[in-house]
Amino acid sequence: MDHLLWFFAVATAVKLLLIPSYRSTDFEVHRNWLAITHSLPLSEWYFDETSQWTLDYPPFFAYFERFLSFFAHLVDPKIVDLRSGIDYTADSVIYFQRITVMVSDLSLLLGVHRLTRKVEPLKRKLICVLVVLSPGLLIVDHVHFQYNGFLLGWLLLSVSFLQDGRDVIGGFLFAVVLCFKHLFAVAAPVYFVYLLRHYCWTGLASGLRRVVGLGAVVVAVFAVAFGPFIYNGQIQQVISRMFPFGRGLCHAYWAPNFWVFYIILDKGLAFWLRKLGFDVQVPSASFTGGLVGDSSPFAVLPQITPLTTFAMVLLAITPCLIKAWRKPQPGLVARWIAYAYTCGFLFGWHVHEKASLHFTIPLAIVAVQSLEDAKHYFLVSIVSCYSLFPLLYERQEYPIKVLLLLLHSVVMWLGFAALYTNEKALKKKEKKESGEIKSKFEIGCVEKIYLMGLVLVEIVSQFLHPYFLGDRYAFMPLMLISTYCAVGIMYSWIWQLRRILT
Amino acid sequence: MPKKNPVILSGDGTADPIDTWWWLSHKGTTTSFLCISLFALLIRSAVSMFPYSGAGTPPKFGDFEAQRHWMEITTNLPAIDWYRNGTHNDLTYWGLDYPPLTAYQSYLHGILLRTFSPESVSLFSSRGHESYHGKLLMRWTVLSSDVLIFFPATLFFVLVYHRDRTRRANSEVAWHIAMILLNPCLILIDHGHFQYNCISLGLTLAAIAAVLCGSEVLTCVLFSLALSHKQMSAYFAPAFFSHLLGKCLRRKNPILSVLKLGIAVIVTFVVVWWPYLHSVDDFFMVLSRLAPFERGIYEDYVANFWCTTSILIKWKKLFTTPSLKSISLAATILASLPSMVQQILSPSNEGFLYSLLNSSMAFYLFSFQVHEKSILMPFLAATLLALKIPDHFNHLTYYALFSMFPLLCRDKLLLPYLTLHLLFTLIYHSPGTHITLPKTKTSSFSFTSFPGYVFLLRTHFFISLVLHVVYLNIQPPQKYPFLFEALIMILCFSYFVMFAIYTNYTQWNISSHFRSADKEKKQI
Repeated sequence: MDHLLWFFAVATAVKLLLIPSYRSTDFEVHRNWLAITHSLPLSEWYFDETSQWTLDYPPFFAYFERFLSFFAHLVDPKIVDLRSGIDYTADSVIYFQRITVMVSDLSLLLGVHRLTRKVEPLKRKLICVLVVLSPGLLIVDHVHFQYNGFLLGWLLLSVSFLQDGRDVIGGFLFAVVLCFKHLFAVAAPVYFVYLLRHYCWTGLASGLRRVVGLGAVVVAVFAVAFGPFIYNGQIQQVISRMFPFGRGLCHAYWAPNFWVFYIILDKGLAFWLRKLGFDVQVPSASFTGGLVGDSSPFAVLPQITPLTTFAMVLLAITPCLIKAWRKPQPGLVARWIAYAYTCGFLFGWHVHEKASLHFTIPLAIVAVQSLEDAKHYFLVSIVSCYSLFPLLYERQEYPIKVLLLLLHSVVMWLGFAALYTNEKALKKKEKKESGEIKSKFEIGCVEKIYLMGLVLVEIVSQFLHPYFLGDRYAFMPLMLISTYCAVGIMYSWIWQLRRILT
Repeated sequence: MPKKNPVILSGDGTADPIDTWWWLSHKGTTTSFLCISLFALLIRSAVSMFPYSGAGTPPKFGDFEAQRHWMEITTNLPAIDWYRNGTHNDLTYWGLDYPPLTAYQSYLHGILLRTFSPESVSLFSSRGHESYHGKLLMRWTVLSSDVLIFFPATLFFVLVYHRDRTRRANSEVAWHIAMILLNPCLILIDHGHFQYNCISLGLTLAAIAAVLCGSEVLTCVLFSLALSHKQMSAYFAPAFFSHLLGKCLRRKNPILSVLKLGIAVIVTFVVVWWPYLHSVDDFFMVLSRLAPFERGIYEDYVANFWCTTSILIKWKKLFTTPSLKSISLAATILASLPSMVQQILSPSNEGFLYSLLNSSMAFYLFSFQVHEKSILMPFLAATLLALKIPDHFNHLTYYALFSMFPLLCRDKLLLPYLTLHLLFTLIYHSPGTHITLPKTKTSSFSFTSFPGYVFLLRTHFFISLVLHVVYLNIQPPQKYPFLFEALIMILCFSYFVMFAIYTNYTQWNISSHFRSADKEKKQI
């Protein structure tokens, strides 16, 4: 445990120093939730509209905020004041909320500890560095402000129980995670198939008993979460808050996923068809602004509805489900879950760039399993971290995000190189005490060029574009980043798919 | 984002051949350096988000405004007017009082600021200028100075100092790099409080490395540059002087060698000071700016001899300023004399590092007009010896930081103070590290083995913890508004004295060790 604790402490020191950095509106969102849950009775939580940042996470997260608000009230009563607390930016609220994120990250520590306690020391250290000091988590949680580390900690804990073969606890924890943040539901099919096959498929009688048992556990979790709201007859309101399908296919900043290509294809087709003399209507709705009536944001290609995206995600996960059904191996669960989140990220509705954490963190556990996995992880974690850069658009944080990514890359490179070094060669060298140790960890040529391209993209979008074009085509840099990163994530998806199938 | 730390293998060789930090340091010193410097830069840029000294406190503001004002003066006036009181340059408002190299550096940074934010350095109208971009640009000038000067100097030093080590010691080297680059005092003063110590200290560090690799002319050039950037670099001058003199005296042509070095020093100074060498008046005008004797022998509450003893002896009332000048000069020379003599008699690389520490500590304790921030000088020297005297280095870090605690609290840097302290402690005690003091075999007697010493140290530590809490939470009595500052000062002073005695003693011990070793060899 000492290494893990040490890394966690170092990470905490970095997080403490990030306290005065830029905060997104998510900070005020969470402060408002503290105020809602503290000042209002439970029956009004999902109805309150005092602030525009209404509560839209599942009940466990609301309970969690209620728990935090108790301390917030002790620190400074104004934090939890529904009206006068709006846009409150005193030191008290900043320190309090930032520190709650750091403390809640303890669940991440617990998750990593449990997951890696039987892994050999070097691999354990690596996983620990990749997860606890993940640049993505630092950027999203400790600068931008969210509680992803806390939730991912529970997810990792759930995975660790599944790997131990303790399926009921694993399933229970996953249900808990779902009641914290429903976006984690993308992996539910994997859990469902895996648990059904691995835990319940033991013959008719005992199998049925197990299905009922497991089902009871899950239902109990959901009952605790949603029960009070069902009792108050508010479940529809809760659900409608949680799934705001009125939002567009893509977030204001396009997450680097499949739909980026779809949109660009549409634009390109419309452009060329117009050139060729066809009469192509300019769409009245923008694809980021949400669906307005029946109008489609696309000029040529068919409209995409939430149902389409849902079907596509499910279709993409299917190969993994089949694999899980045929041979439910506990050792592969982390890989399958990461794959499911990758699919959700690529094809989902209104995906945020932050959701890439859902697969980069579980993939870190997979990364130490083989040389190929390490190479893949090296690429995907850099791409997903880079795609988070536009979140921190203020200049003050510029060196911080760049340094976080560079440091992560260097550490990863050193760590993987050490992990996949030929031990015999090492021992020989030990005797001679000199010379370079050859490692098997080398990045392929195409990957190298692609990663170098990231530097180019950054230079173009951050320096050349503002210098030559100023404010014109302000959307170009962001589009460039998400398109370029989307290529990397698509590659990662195909790679993972092949890996699962073979 | 990890730092790497060292593991000293248990000497018998039975330990696991692959140490705990092997995975991060296996590619060699340069790669570990890259990794640690990225982390160190991350910490620096994070600290730079906190307030600077004098933020939002008109009319005088603080060191940040001083540096910005110098940029304003140097970019708008011709070089000859930089140090002269005039209609465009009011020397009473943060007049330039550092040597010309600082002025040139301000000029370069000023040009940079003018390009991106002209209003932040416009003459007169920019006084007290504070803006998001102004702060950011200023912070980035410090960051870039660090990257361009202090970091390469560190790499140079580490490569030279550890050149004889085997690959096994990689993590030990990495630990040493982390100790130098993550030095909390330097980070807090440069990137929190706001100064450019990284430049003069970086030049000094490079000069030290040049000594270790034997290129003496380079040493002279680099150290002269350091002196021309910040006159406080003179704290190290006795060590450089005596070490180089000691070496030259051992040559066939001592006079020729001394001449060669003298010429290197003079040429460097002439080049740097050229604009002010055209008339005697100009030269003395600059010189008088550099030595503000009218400010008195001490200011505020600095943990040196004069300030601490002034509680009992009112130096300022007993003596006039000129006589105090001579007294403090005599005391400083006297205090640095032992280490100088040792280096002249038997110059050695290790002895040189100790002598840097001892002479800078002597200056800190006894020279005229010392600031809290001047502890950076002896502290840098101690950092270089971190692997030799790890325990003492650890304690010194604690008290050096503590001596700046009131200053940093005024600057609203409490959180970075605590965090960097934590970070330092974590890295110092990184898992797998068993820093075992290489026992000085020479003497069975050791200063630190006095039973009273450990007790004293613990009492000190305990009192300092209490003082931290008291300082933050309790209003001092009205009659003594600076009571707690004075207590902190006394505590730190007494530790510094103990430390100085110990390091002087150790320095003399090395030479006797070498000499006895030589004798043994001869006998064999």
